[in-house]
Amino acid sequence: MSYQSQISDMSPRERLAQRATAVIGLLTLLSLGFTVWLGLFITPPDEFMGNLVRLVYVHPPIAWVMFIAYGVAFLSTLLYLWPRTRDLRFDRLAGASSEVGVVFTGLTLISGSIWGRPTWGTWWTWDPLLTTTALLFVMYLGYLALRQLPGDPDARAKRSAIGGLIAFIDVPIVYFAVLWWKSIHQAPTVLDPLTGKTYIHGSMAYTLLLGFVAFTLLFIYLVAKRYRLAGLKDRYESFLLGEAIEDRKREAMPDLSGVYPDSVGNAGAIDVPGQKKRFSDPNVSVGYDAGLRPDQTDDYQKIGLQNNTGADA
Amino acid sequence: MWRDAFLVMQKDMKIELKSKVVVNQVLPFGLVVIFLFGLAIGKVNTSALVTAGSNLSNGGALKDASAGLFWLAVTMSAIIGVQRSFAIETQDQARDALRLSALDPAGIFLGKAGALLIQLAVLELVLGLCASFLFGMHIVTLWLFLLAALLASISLCGVGVVYGALASGARTRETLLPLLFFPVIAPVLLSATKACEAAIVGNPASGMIWIEILAVFSLCYLTLGIAAFGSLLEE
Amino acid sequence: MDLVIDFQNAVFISDGYPVLTGVNMEVRTGEVIHLRGSNGAGKTSLLRAMVGLIPIKSGKAIVLGHDLASDRFDVRKDAGLLGHLSFLYDDLTILDNLRFIQRISRRPKDSVADAIRRVNITDKLAKTKVGRLSTGQRKRTALAALLIRDYRLWLLDEPHAGLDEHGRYLVDQLILDFQSEKGTVVIASHELERAMAVSSRSVIISGGSIIAAENFVDQTLRDAPDRYLGADESTIANWKAKEGSFDVA
Repeated sequence: MSYQSQISDMSPRERLAQRATAVIGLLTLLSLGFTVWLGLFITPPDEFMGNLVRLVYVHPPIAWVMFIAYGVAFLSTLLYLWPRTRDLRFDRLAGASSEVGVVFTGLTLISGSIWGRPTWGTWWTWDPLLTTTALLFVMYLGYLALRQLPGDPDARAKRSAIGGLIAFIDVPIVYFAVLWWKSIHQAPTVLDPLTGKTYIHGSMAYTLLLGFVAFTLLFIYLVAKRYRLAGLKDRYESFLLGEAIEDRKREAMPDLSGVYPDSVGNAGAIDVPGQKKRFSDPNVSVGYDAGLRPDQTDDYQKIGLQNNTGADA
Repeated sequence: MWRDAFLVMQKDMKIELKSKVVVNQVLPFGLVVIFLFGLAIGKVNTSALVTAGSNLSNGGALKDASAGLFWLAVTMSAIIGVQRSFAIETQDQARDALRLSALDPAGIFLGKAGALLIQLAVLELVLGLCASFLFGMHIVTLWLFLLAALLASISLCGVGVVYGALASGARTRETLLPLLFFPVIAPVLLSATKACEAAIVGNPASGMIWIEILAVFSLCYLTLGIAAFGSLLEE
Repeated sequence: MDLVIDFQNAVFISDGYPVLTGVNMEVRTGEVIHLRGSNGAGKTSLLRAMVGLIPIKSGKAIVLGHDLASDRFDVRKDAGLLGHLSFLYDDLTILDNLRFIQRISRRPKDSVADAIRRVNITDKLAKTKVGRLSTGQRKRTALAALLIRDYRLWLLDEPHAGLDEHGRYLVDQLILDFQSEKGTVVIASHELERAMAVSSRSVIISGGSIIAAENFVDQTLRDAPDRYLGADESTIANWKAKEGSFDVA
């Protein structure tokens, strides 16, 4: 069985998940397309904002997805840290959700900015909602950078979870603080939380709803794909680990061709009279060369085995 | 835990007293930052030099922003303080010494945060005096300012020690500290600035809400640090 | 007969790299084990694993009654590692450092003075900042720290490296003293004669696993320089016949 099939062969449950994801993808495409068509061509322009109102089909749904992504990431992190539910899959979910989340946060800022320019006359304003969202964006970046640090999956997960938790806790505190602030951000125009009245009617309402649905589906699709990718990567790494263990064990076998194992830095390159010359032996494992550890050579790095050596052997 | 915390704090303070790195390097850095803020924002009133008896006031913008600038200077100094706090734990493989000591990790966290807090307090005192001197920042409600400073500093130290542990050890990690630290600490900065502005103006009532937020932050970060530091040290 | 160290097929992964690929090892109280292996074989990693610094991936590993799979933290109270780095604070004096260690391990105050005396550090030297010390002096301080902490197991990584003749003699003496007090020692060392003089048995590690873990079967292996490690008896006999001796060219 080739190593590729060892990694990417799917169990029945995975096959089901893959099919479900494909279906969601199709639905996403359809709903997004429909939203665009409705939003751009069918629905009428607003009496005050004119055509600018069409952004309402895009900007609030994107912001909504940003919140969901954050919520999923936060929840997954908590679930990972809680001993009873500790499972690397939650860590993967947190990572996937954060990656999608950071993209949508960026999109929120951009779409909001585009809406803001004609409406408020400026690309940016330091109102609390905007500032907090920008802050969330940068926090995500830090969290994602933290996730990139090399290490074995458990250590990585724990580290990212704790580092992430500190950042994630910030957000609700701040958003709640924002509620106490007056801002020049849009007063609720769709649904007033106090009175429950809806301000938006007719075809616009349906399009908006469709927009929410479409973008939520997009979120689910993207996270599902990213999650699977993360799972495959982990599987690949543990496969490599198995290989690495075997390779390392093979180091112990004597090489009877006359290689001197501990002649540091002198793999036969210099002519020493009386010493046997080293010839390349395909049976010698990668990197077994003048005291080098396999993970210290380029080939091993290329395979992608993550190791940032801290320990001397 | 408390005993270990005290021992670690005592050790860190002893090292600082003997090496005087914070006093000799970090403090001047903070002063330079404050001065640079003044240069960048404050207006140099050249015409007034000619007119005798004129009121050489610091530009309005500088005075308005003084609380924020003060906190920004404190934060930047704090980051360096955090880096120093972990740099003393041996040049490389910083974690091994602490781990091998078999100290209670929560104690290590509290001890390091405590030592950092003391150093930060001294820093804030000096920088605060400097800011009031250079920016014309006059505080009316002192207790509010001090309370805000205390709570904000606790948050700074808590987050700093946690991220400091995460970001120390390997070269690829050390540059991570500012990226992690600044966004997370920004809300704390903001709240501290608002509370201090209320203290400057002399309106405690408007400042109390910020104090509450600062208290929540401090509590969260301290708890997180105590609970999580052990896992952070281990790999 | 208590097993101080009991490893069975223990695999340890550090930063994604399998530093130890299945270690089988049993050490009893009072033994002094000499750990040998070529560079990159896993000597330092094994010592670090024994003190709980590296997480175990599979297999069984019990050190001084602590199961490293479930609890690798408390083992550090009973086992001490003497590594390449001295884990001392450069800005503090020897005395400060040792006092700190004495306090965190809750040992009596006079243990500091005792330890300083035993490693032959003068009172004047004790008041010097560690940053100013030479390698050898740092090593002695580290040894003093080891003495203060009253461990039951010592893991020494190249303890003779960097020491002058007096220092080396001191290390040997301390090891023997410790052994007589029912302590157990594992020494990783390239200094064959020195280490063998104090050890009761030799263990050879290669490729992350132990390849020879008993008393020497054959005197031949005992005398072999490191570069013949991993070879079987007949190979060694062949080489010995061809080359005549094991002296390094």
